[in-house]
Amino acid sequence: MKNNATKNILISISILFITIMLVIPLIAVIIYSLQDGIEAYKIAIFDKYTIKALQLTLLATVSAVVINTFFGIFAAWIITKFSFRGKHFLTTLIDIPFAISPVIAGLIYILVFGRTGWAYDFLQAYDIKIVFAVPGIILATIFVTFPFVSREIIPVLNAQGKDEEEAAALMGASGFKIFTKITLPHIKWALLYGIILCTARAMGEFGAVSVLSGHLRGKTNTLPLHIEMLYNEFQLSSAFAVSSILVIMAVIILILRTIVEYKGKKAGE
Amino acid sequence: MYVELKNINKLFGNFKASDNVNFEIEKGKLIGLLGPSGSGKTTILRMIAGLETPDSGDIFVDGIRINDTPPSKRGIGFVFQNYALFRYMSVFDNIAFGLQVQKQNKNYIKERVLELIKLIGLEGMEHRYPSQLSGGQRQRVAFARALAPSPHLLLLDEPFAAIDAKVRQELRSWLREMIEKVGVTSIFVTHDQEEAIEVADEIIITNRGKVEQKGTPIEIYKKPATPFVAQFIGQSTVYENNEDKIQLKGFEMIKSNEKAVIRPEFVQITKLGKLKHYMSAAEEGIVEKISFRGSYLEVNVKVKNIILTSNRSLEDEMIEVGEIVNVQIYRLYVFNENKTYLLENSAMADNNYIYI
Repeated sequence: MKNNATKNILISISILFITIMLVIPLIAVIIYSLQDGIEAYKIAIFDKYTIKALQLTLLATVSAVVINTFFGIFAAWIITKFSFRGKHFLTTLIDIPFAISPVIAGLIYILVFGRTGWAYDFLQAYDIKIVFAVPGIILATIFVTFPFVSREIIPVLNAQGKDEEEAAALMGASGFKIFTKITLPHIKWALLYGIILCTARAMGEFGAVSVLSGHLRGKTNTLPLHIEMLYNEFQLSSAFAVSSILVIMAVIILILRTIVEYKGKKAGE
Repeated sequence: MYVELKNINKLFGNFKASDNVNFEIEKGKLIGLLGPSGSGKTTILRMIAGLETPDSGDIFVDGIRINDTPPSKRGIGFVFQNYALFRYMSVFDNIAFGLQVQKQNKNYIKERVLELIKLIGLEGMEHRYPSQLSGGQRQRVAFARALAPSPHLLLLDEPFAAIDAKVRQELRSWLREMIEKVGVTSIFVTHDQEEAIEVADEIIITNRGKVEQKGTPIEIYKKPATPFVAQFIGQSTVYENNEDKIQLKGFEMIKSNEKAVIRPEFVQITKLGKLKHYMSAAEEGIVEKISFRGSYLEVNVKVKNIILTSNRSLEDEMIEVGEIVNVQIYRLYVFNENKTYLLENSAMADNNYIYI
């Protein structure tokens, strides 16, 4: 009986907390975005700059996810299947984006590629633009979302051990065959989960991108930056309308995440 | 010789996993690599397979030095300790994998795999996944998978370690039979001497990265070459002459720097007063414990503060705990740091001499 009371109290607190912190703000976003009527909402969403920002966000997200998926698999593979000097150091390095504030990540790139940066002359000579341009935004997004995929796969690969791969290698299977036939089926769900988390994080990235973007409307504005700009210009209902796009995308991703998690669990049984 | 290891050394950090290992194996033999855990037996197996590289020394298979041959080209089948079956492939695909990698003809693969499935007695289970099989069945699949590409040499790492005791018994004789049938030279690693003695044609005993002795189970049992083997093999009581200041009758010549190993089969227990020969060699002892072992009794008897173990037939006259009995020790293995030798009971030998 006493246990039951504790259980109920804890559940109530959790629900209350989640409602105040998450649900009410999300509902508020939707309500605010619609307060000037559905027409105003449409205008805000189909605005030229909003579409541009959405395109850039998608481009940055897709680039970051593709590159980080490759890198993540690669890093997780070498960390779990080989032993070498500095392995722990490498594992720690991968986690750096979790620990460092995104703003600092942006500043690092300014320092390296910016006007006073080390690589400036080189970039100038070949007419490559990174800072205040699209490549900079992609770079920043990659940096921030860098650990997600490898972090999800490493524990799964560790739990599997090396035996199956060794057995396949002994029979003469190539590295590629071993990966596609033995490793990939094993990490499939963890990999998908990592990709989804990576996508969600990449879409919402603000800090690092903000530093590198230069806020050129229609050129280097991503959705989160665009929202901030609208908000600063007191176009509140437009800002919330655009926000609702991100919220809807986030909800879709959350649903996908739940499905993947469920399927992964089932496959694990 | 079919497989030869010459002066193999391997270090893992400061740990000497192989210390100048040398041995040779004849074609078609089933060899047991026996030793306590950490004695370097699995390392030897993995070096032969090419999963580890020796720091120095040469490995020959069929007269060819294979040190620099990639593992996949060595023609070796390997059965892993925990099977390492591909868990996302069916039994059929597991066994077929090696053949598919070799890009064999599809019909041949099918024929070969079904033949192997029949050999291991898992017909009708080819579409099951490893998680749907029992431990013994997985072991069989792992065995078939290793055999599928027709290797010249089969290596098995602790093949029975992960299987419960009853199935293990069955699998041992099964494996022995299978290997005889297929006729492939095989080396298996084990820490269980009973298993090695029962399954292997020859046993190689390793300790601390060194090969202590190689021989048939009987040779190893009867003529332990090193002190380690004398103590490791069989159910042995170690006896020291000096410390306790006890001397067993007939073994007064054991020096103070020597120890001796006494095995149950060297000890004869007789009811008091029933002894007919070699009265002078008999000690008196108190029965401490009697354990029923199925077909015989194991008796612990205390003689001059040493607990000796002896086996007693159920046909013999019953004895009881606490009873005083006559104990004769026929012989024992004496060893010091560098040698072992068999020592017969001198009191009994003398008598013999007189009677002749």
